[in-house]
Amino acid sequence: MIATLSHNAQWVLLSTLILGMAAGIVGSFAYWKRQSLMSDALSHAALPGVIVGFVLAGTKSLPIMIAGAAVSALLGALLIEWIRSSTRIKEDAAMGIVLSVFFGLGIMLLTFVNRSAGGSQSGLDSFIFGQAASMVSSDVRLMTATAAVVLLVAALGYKEWKLFLFDPAYAAGLGLSGRLMNGIYLALLVLVIVVGIQAVGVILMAALLIIPAVSARYWTHSFKWTVALSAVFGGGAGAAGTLLSAMGNGWPTGPFIVLVASATFVVSLFCGASKGLLVLYLGQWSHRRRLSRQPAAGQIAAREGAGQ
Amino acid sequence: MSYSGWILLTATLVGISCGLIGVLLILRRMAMMADAISHTVLLGIVVAYMATRQLSGVHMLIGAVCAGLLTSVLVQWFQSRGVRQEASIGVVFTTLFAIGVVLIATQVGNAHLDVKHTLMGEITFIPWETTAVPLIGEIPEAVLMLAVVLAIALIAILAFYKEWKITSFDPALAVSLGIPAVLMHYVFMSLVSVTTVASFDAVGAIMVVAMLITPASAAYLWTDRLSVMLALGAAFGALSAWIGYGIATWLDTSISGSMAFATGILFAASFLGSPRYGALAKLRRPKAAGRNAGSEAGLSTD
Repeated sequence: MIATLSHNAQWVLLSTLILGMAAGIVGSFAYWKRQSLMSDALSHAALPGVIVGFVLAGTKSLPIMIAGAAVSALLGALLIEWIRSSTRIKEDAAMGIVLSVFFGLGIMLLTFVNRSAGGSQSGLDSFIFGQAASMVSSDVRLMTATAAVVLLVAALGYKEWKLFLFDPAYAAGLGLSGRLMNGIYLALLVLVIVVGIQAVGVILMAALLIIPAVSARYWTHSFKWTVALSAVFGGGAGAAGTLLSAMGNGWPTGPFIVLVASATFVVSLFCGASKGLLVLYLGQWSHRRRLSRQPAAGQIAAREGAGQ
Repeated sequence: MSYSGWILLTATLVGISCGLIGVLLILRRMAMMADAISHTVLLGIVVAYMATRQLSGVHMLIGAVCAGLLTSVLVQWFQSRGVRQEASIGVVFTTLFAIGVVLIATQVGNAHLDVKHTLMGEITFIPWETTAVPLIGEIPEAVLMLAVVLAIALIAILAFYKEWKITSFDPALAVSLGIPAVLMHYVFMSLVSVTTVASFDAVGAIMVVAMLITPASAAYLWTDRLSVMLALGAAFGALSAWIGYGIATWLDTSISGSMAFATGILFAASFLGSPRYGALAKLRRPKAAGRNAGSEAGLSTD
């Protein structure tokens, strides 16, 4: 099937594969930092930046739009932190505020731009649900390169990430700057989100960061394998979802990628080797059998003791 | 009433009902649950449409309540299976929303139901889809639905005011007093779903989140009393609807987007300017006093 795809489509497939892997890895970091929904807030917050980038560039130029998205997502992250730290509003409410207000601003600008100067032909709408097929080869190369950089940074610093996520105090004692690591983490998160929104869309980008990481938890307790599995699930979902959405005319890519990811989640939930429901049930069943035998043995011992 | 009069009335009703429900959402720390439900309501509407082949208010309401309850049941269930709360919210709503979008894209996409409409709302069409009501005459269907939902929300909040207060501020005490906290939780989730779907037509899925969370958060910065907070939440909701409509007609842009943006303006004003909990007030206050204020920051329950 892959051989029958056009040259451009093969590149698109490769890019969503690498994007999925990068998202899987960064997503598992976010899961351990308990910031899964942060990715949702940041991907929504990227929308106004995309539109402003489009207006500044005058045409649909992906590098400038990605830069705009990164700026507005970072601004969103800073605002969430500011609201959380300086008032009594909790983090989830702060995320909801930033998410919805930024998205509202984005829709406002989008409508404004669509009405003027040929914006509706620019395919800006495809940023909402993702349209991998609308990418041209320079977009795809940029996306692939950025996702590969994220992959590389995450893989090279494996030991540092592990320390930073599980024992920040010890990491600081070893001279690993928490601020620096936090900065790199946020940069990776924002990078994955902004290169992903072209293919997956601002609304569902979070799913690609959240679902593979949660699915991987059902298979293993080891951090290394969680990250690796999460990358595999993410990459698989990215590639398979792109293939599926290519089967229809004008079908959005994002929702199909999410559905494939959710399917792996459901399989993991039931069949996962370490916390899967099936394994838990079998464990409980054998435990109950062992228990039902043990009292019998105890009674025999008691009877023997009474006999003597 | 004039065309823009109906639009303003619709937006005001959305602002008031979302502001009221939002206050309870913030206090129960379920802001992101509202985000989740506003997305999954889409699936409920699509399924209701596929089953009945018509887009009427009642079917949509029922579909939406089912979707909202399904969301909260699934989130609870995954949580009990050891998935962290924020992760389980993330998994559930993105999945259900994706199913909804895929169904629209592949099965039912047509002029009446498209994804853009459900995301951004079509408040400009509302004054034309009228229905006859005895004694009052022709009024837009959405206004009728919003009025009914607002009445339900008001009755539910006023009738069980004490129960809402106790379950929101002290769940443990509520259980020991014999208040059915789990039942209240699901009743509340239904209220959120109903409010969401009634507002959906007017402002779309994402703006509902803005209307639910932001005015209530702004109100939270002004007061320590639940009754005042409810009134302020509703007032801020209505006010941001008007400001948003003003911006939208001025710039000739999306009304729902502008309303969401206007909630942000109100919040920013409260965030910076609120005398007790604002950022500026905190900067001005000496450090020690700030710490004292922080320790009594919990909302008092009287």
